[in-house]
Amino acid sequence: MDYEITILRHKKGSDRSYYQTFAYTSEGNENIAAVLDRINRPSMTDIGGEPAEPVRWECSCLQKKCGACAMVINGIPCLACDRKISDCPAKFTIEPLRKFPVVEDLIVDRSSMMDELRSLNVWLSGEARSSDDNMTCYEASVCLQCGCCLEVCPNFCAGGEFAGMSAAVPMTRLLLEMDNKQGKELASSYVRNIFEGCGKSLACRDICPAGIDIDKMLINSNAVAVWRRNKHKVVKK
Amino acid sequence: MDRINIAGAGIAGLSAAIALAEKGIPSLLISVQPSERAQSVMAEGGINACLDTMGEHDTVEEHFRDTMKGGVFIADEDAVRSLTSHAPEMIDFLERIGVPFNRENGHVIQRNFGGQKKKRTAFARSSTGKIIMSALIDEVRRYEAAGLVRRLCHHNVTGIDIRRTDSGLSCEGLWLCDTYTDRMYYSRGHVIAAWGGMNGLFPGHTTGTAANTGRLTADVFLRGVTLSDLEFIQYHPTTVDIGSKRLLLTEAARGEGGKLFIERDRKPWYFMEELYPESGSLSPRDVVSREMYRVCQRDDCKPPVYLDMRMIDKPTWESKLSDLRSWIIYHLGTDPVKEPVAVSPGIHFFMGGIDVDKRHRTDAVGLYAAGECACQYHGANRLGGNSLLGALWGGRQAAYTAAEETGECENGEPAAVGESEGFDVTAYDAGAAEMCGILVSGLGIVRDEQTMRSALDRLDGFADAHRDDPLHAGAVLGQAMLLSALARRESRGAHSRSDHPQRDDERFGRRTYCRYKDGKIQIQI
Ligand SMILES: Cc1cc2nc3c(=O)[nH]c(=O)nc-3n(C[C@H](O)[C@H](O)[C@H](O)COP(=O)(O)OP(=O)(O)OC[C@H]3O[C@@H](n4cnc5c(N)ncnc54)[C@H](O)[C@@H]3O)c2cc1C
Ligand code: SF4
Ligand code: SF4
Ligand code: FES
Repeated sequence: MDYEITILRHKKGSDRSYYQTFAYTSEGNENIAAVLDRINRPSMTDIGGEPAEPVRWECSCLQKKCGACAMVINGIPCLACDRKISDCPAKFTIEPLRKFPVVEDLIVDRSSMMDELRSLNVWLSGEARSSDDNMTCYEASVCLQCGCCLEVCPNFCAGGEFAGMSAAVPMTRLLLEMDNKQGKELASSYVRNIFEGCGKSLACRDICPAGIDIDKMLINSNAVAVWRRNKHKVVKK
Repeated sequence: MDRINIAGAGIAGLSAAIALAEKGIPSLLISVQPSERAQSVMAEGGINACLDTMGEHDTVEEHFRDTMKGGVFIADEDAVRSLTSHAPEMIDFLERIGVPFNRENGHVIQRNFGGQKKKRTAFARSSTGKIIMSALIDEVRRYEAAGLVRRLCHHNVTGIDIRRTDSGLSCEGLWLCDTYTDRMYYSRGHVIAAWGGMNGLFPGHTTGTAANTGRLTADVFLRGVTLSDLEFIQYHPTTVDIGSKRLLLTEAARGEGGKLFIERDRKPWYFMEELYPESGSLSPRDVVSREMYRVCQRDDCKPPVYLDMRMIDKPTWESKLSDLRSWIIYHLGTDPVKEPVAVSPGIHFFMGGIDVDKRHRTDAVGLYAAGECACQYHGANRLGGNSLLGALWGGRQAAYTAAEETGECENGEPAAVGESEGFDVTAYDAGAAEMCGILVSGLGIVRDEQTMRSALDRLDGFADAHRDDPLHAGAVLGQAMLLSALARRESRGAHSRSDHPQRDDERFGRRTYCRYKDGKIQIQI
């Protein structure tokens, strides 16, 4: 099948972005990561036959495990290695995530998301309390730090007080693994920078490419940080 | 105390940073992408340690023996002893930093993995690497906040400053490039290499990330550092081609009962169970990959080989292999609960790399190496579950040695040294694909003199044609791999030769060393 793919481009160091369209013939069921790889060829041209520079994008695992390739495909934030071209219309767009500064083409600088974790004390104070019933901690550990959740969140803007789900999810593991005394500072970060800012619209839930049950994370973290309930009685779903 | 440079922030780099910080030693943790993107997050199956939680009377001695035997007796015995005896301590450390391993009755539970007779592999459902990495990253963050670790993500290390002195090689620092601004810096001080395996030489053919380019391994080689055991490349038996890469179907699938078969006389033949009654489909990876290759060559068999997982029960799928099932459905459109899956071996792990001693020193003073970029612990074939362990323990060991050997001078901030010139990415990728074609033609699962010679001839031509561009260093590293494989005129572990099918302990029962001197590659076994 033939596609017209319009990509929002940005030269490194420039202050201007522009759209460029490429013609692409699909071999079947490939994902957008493979599509980008194939568009990038020596002497590549755009749909009008004009010479084009290779499209820069970030990837690593190519199997939904590292969060590197998050971008906005046909208006929806997702992982390029997760999105099949067969699920896209004949004409569609690829754009970088919008809540972070663009570095080049589809590459954005997500440092702020990771710096936020540091300023919110997202680490374990003391030793973890291991328990057999650790499924929630496991689920909270799979967060990819991809930033897709921030893209759709109506309440998140970079630099604001509300830190978003990419901070809330890793916090869940730590809150569950510390006792109330150890987790005091993290709990207050949670209340101030997550609980008080989150509108609970759960727009982020359906977008998370790791399939994290955001609802469950919030319920568990709230139980510990807001209602100060003992870890071993926290909510299971 | 001097700050130590750590190049790479996967499990080995993070482990080194934590070990240094525990001793109050600052480090600069440099990686081209944040740790969340490192190959270590892809490990699924688990990490080995004798915890003896499964009622099988497992011992450290057996872990030691299985590792030596799996590596066909060329790994350093003392190093393997140290690794296996500290393994339980490493799991204990991971538990303390909150890794949610699968547990029952207050204990971490363990599963079977290839080449080991007892259940010795601790795991976190089917994302062990990711879950361990999340906890290590959180732990490093604590030290970052305390000013002991400085993380420089999106910084590409472009070269290691190794100088020849009268007393030998000496590592003085490294060059790095901020990939967001293209600005280059030089950071003085000792270096722990933790930049992962050489996947970049085999784009599209490995289960790992091509972001581990192998370029730094080539760089230090050209600067005189010894590499070893480059011919030992592990082909994982159960991978599938998904276009851009090879997708691994974890060994845990066989650990939990999955079996391989090929069609023979219109009937499925579970060849591993018949040929190796004791270990069956869960034999070491080199053995399984080789047998898969052989049955596919037989006239009475019809390729491909299938992985049959239909016998795995529902609770096991749900509690231990849930990701695996969803991967297969997503990528291949078949449900492994109902249908067998066609598989073939793919490049998965590099046993060889930078030669290190028991304490992770290289032959350049001030350069240490750990994790998959280093050659230690795994001999001729790595056992599943031993590389996360090797990277975790190795990173720690490298840090301890570096801590002892680092002096008391201030090395200050990385200094700006201009801008990177960049290079033509599409031309590089096209060249890398061509080089990969040459390398895989010579370094397949079963090798012989003639195919390796002809690959080497072509690679020599390729290296000459790329003498002045960024592909050259990789081509020299490829030549070193082929020359190592040619020199080892026997079959051992992952190195299997049809023209020398026997193991020859007398002539080859040791490591292969590889050095670059005066523009020439020298091999010594
Ligand atoms: C699919 C898969 C499954 C696996 N499953 C298991 C398993 O179940 N059990 C097991 O024990 N092992 C497993 N392994 C192997 C294991 O994951 C790796 O060997 C191990 O994680 C390597 O860790 P590392 O720290 O050495 O390197 P990596 O995690 O690869 O980290 C390398 C680091 O170096 C950085 N880097 C690379 N080049 C540069 C550069 N030029 N400049 C700056 N930074 C650079 C990267 O950004 C990264 O931070 C698996 C591997 C794969 C691919
Ligand atoms: S629930 Fe709504 S407000 Fe809260 S993080 Fe998700 S999208 Fe944002
Ligand atoms: S919560 Fe989900 S969407 Fe948000 S950063 Fe983590 S993995 Fe990505
Ligand atoms: S490349 Fe890792 S998630 Fe897409």
